[in-house]
Amino acid sequence: MGRGRLTMPELDVREIGVRGVNKALMALDDSTNDRNWVVRSPQGQHSIACGLTAPIDVVIKGHVGFYCAGMNQQANVTIEGHAGVGVGENMMSGRVHVTGNASESAGATAHGGLLVIEGDASSRCGISMKGVDIVVGGSVGHMSAFMAQSGHLVVCGDAGDALGDSIYEAVLFVRGKVESLGADCIEKEMRPEHLAKLAELLQAAGIEAAPSEFRRYGSARKLYNFDIDNVGAY
Amino acid sequence: MAAHTPTTTPRKSAIFDDYTLSEIRRAATTGIYDIRGGGSKRRLPHFDDLLFLGASISRYPLEGYRERCDTSVVLGTRFASKPIKLDIPITIAGMSFGSLSAQAKEALGRGATLAGTSTTTGDGGMTPEERGQSKTLIYQYLPSRYGMNPDDLRKADAIEVVVGQGAKPGGGGMLLGQKISDRVAEMRDLPKGIDQRSACRHPDWTGPDDLEIKINELREITNWEKPIYLKIGGTRPYYDTALAVKSGADVIVLDGMQGGTAATQEVFIEHVGLPTLACIRPAVKALQELGMHRKVQLIISGGIRNGADVAKALALGADAVSIGTAAMVALGDNDPIYEEEYQKLGTTAGAYDDWHEGRDPAGISTQDPELAKRLDPVLAGRRLANYLKVMTLEAQTIARACGKSHLHNLEPEDLVALTIEAAAMAQVPLAGTDWIPGRSGSTEI
Ligand SMILES: Cc1cc2nc3c(=O)[nH]c(=O)nc-3n(C[C@H](O)[C@H](O)[C@H](O)COP(=O)(O)O)c2cc1C
Repeated sequence: MGRGRLTMPELDVREIGVRGVNKALMALDDSTNDRNWVVRSPQGQHSIACGLTAPIDVVIKGHVGFYCAGMNQQANVTIEGHAGVGVGENMMSGRVHVTGNASESAGATAHGGLLVIEGDASSRCGISMKGVDIVVGGSVGHMSAFMAQSGHLVVCGDAGDALGDSIYEAVLFVRGKVESLGADCIEKEMRPEHLAKLAELLQAAGIEAAPSEFRRYGSARKLYNFDIDNVGAY
Repeated sequence: MAAHTPTTTPRKSAIFDDYTLSEIRRAATTGIYDIRGGGSKRRLPHFDDLLFLGASISRYPLEGYRERCDTSVVLGTRFASKPIKLDIPITIAGMSFGSLSAQAKEALGRGATLAGTSTTTGDGGMTPEERGQSKTLIYQYLPSRYGMNPDDLRKADAIEVVVGQGAKPGGGGMLLGQKISDRVAEMRDLPKGIDQRSACRHPDWTGPDDLEIKINELREITNWEKPIYLKIGGTRPYYDTALAVKSGADVIVLDGMQGGTAATQEVFIEHVGLPTLACIRPAVKALQELGMHRKVQLIISGGIRNGADVAKALALGADAVSIGTAAMVALGDNDPIYEEEYQKLGTTAGAYDDWHEGRDPAGISTQDPELAKRLDPVLAGRRLANYLKVMTLEAQTIARACGKSHLHNLEPEDLVALTIEAAAMAQVPLAGTDWIPGRSGSTEI
């Protein structure tokens, strides 16, 4: 809480619009004393709390539309509700936490930080992820971790079709059933270091699950350089 | 007695020509399709098929070296609070660091800045060299999002959302293992030495409704300051332009099939998409019908080589043009001074297009530090600036001859076509006639 104030600063989307909310939050820098913010009546609007750069806590009270907390840097954004397409897309650092479900492309192309979805995520969760850690309490839809480059995707429920299609170096952990694996994605041995990493991610996400119940998936690295005899795999 | 039997001259097939035969043999031997850089190499209807009429009794010209012919252009006036102001309507197209060396990117920035125009990043992100040397830098936002960083987004002067390219509309990018140096690998967050595919679709939006939301997110993150360009390959220019306007773009970049690429399948380059000439009028028509011509600016690219091409594109309704291949040539690409080395690569100066292999003797389309050192960014930048200035002077020469005090005052009525195809595509009359194919009735000459 800000030292100069007795109450948490609040921003209301209904009153000042998404532009007003974002302007206020983006104006903050590392030295701000107002570290805890509440955003009210999000009404499913798009791009709320995107492009934040300061190490602040933002709690959004309700459902949000597309690209909430997109490109986040340092901030800790909690969405108390469901999130639309591309929550935390291209986030660089910090933490984005959805208490409900998330729509398509959650954490798409994200480079760093932690994205937690307590409920289910839809298709293309972690598509082209580039270093982010994503922990999903429920299940993920088809084409999740498509072309995933690096980082970790933890799925406590099931995964849909073509998980990890054309995956690069990202690491996938799934507790439940995998509908099918995409091109060049294979199950891999769960070694102690993987169990330790998984335990760390689950703990950071505040989700309780036994690491031993998960399986690990990753790249077979067979499609890294073009070979005509692999053409059927594409 | 046996009469002398005349033999017929050996006759090669017009359709199975030498190139075609060699390609069949190459495919049979290697088992992989041909990948190359550059744009379409075959003869297509193009700006060469148009002529300006010049002044006459009914139109009078401006004095060549005295009367002013303005060349400035402002891009991004629709929504952005800080539009891009350029001295000349010729911009440098997006070319990735990865496909080009850091020195080449720096040279592009230097040349563009000297000539008063902008340059553009590409797949793989922004390098400090090009930001440092480019007064006006457009940041590409591509499907791969390689190196996509909000700090760079904020450092840019405008953002170009790339939907497609003329050389490969519907295709993604390709950077083969040979060109993945440590630096390129790190910027793209991929292992060294592997073939990098750039996605052909954006990962977090599909269709014009989503695109509108995406564009708004980019505006939010950059405080509604920066113009948002939308780059599309020439396929359905009328509808794509209308949808780009609907999605909230400030500027549309429309790239025809002659447009260069760093590396794509030959079959893609030569057989998918529309010639640049066929793209312009449908796009302008869409803008005019929406009341957006000159409000949403149109940048045309794909095979622009000289001031005449610039003037013709502008006369057909573009606000500016963009160059890729020609800029590389100005820096020194395919220069005959390296002929011996081109020969060693099995090619010749002027035909070298294996840019994906990273062995460019001119040190431009490479990541090899030794080759890259051959390009002096200061000197190459100067060459590019000279070339841009020559193109501008050429375009002004034509505009003055047509009696125009600004390049933007050139109009389709200043043009005629040499071929029926060009007349149909550019919607200008066939030279010496009042016939515009595809239009009922006639126009006045
Ligand atoms: C070496 C090279 C690299 C390119 N890289 C990109 C790129 O990263 N992103 C993009 O949108 N277009 C890219 N292009 C296409 C250009 O932006 C532009 O559309 C094209 O070069 C224009 O046609 P022109 O080469 O005939 O001037 C590249 C072109 C070349 C020649």
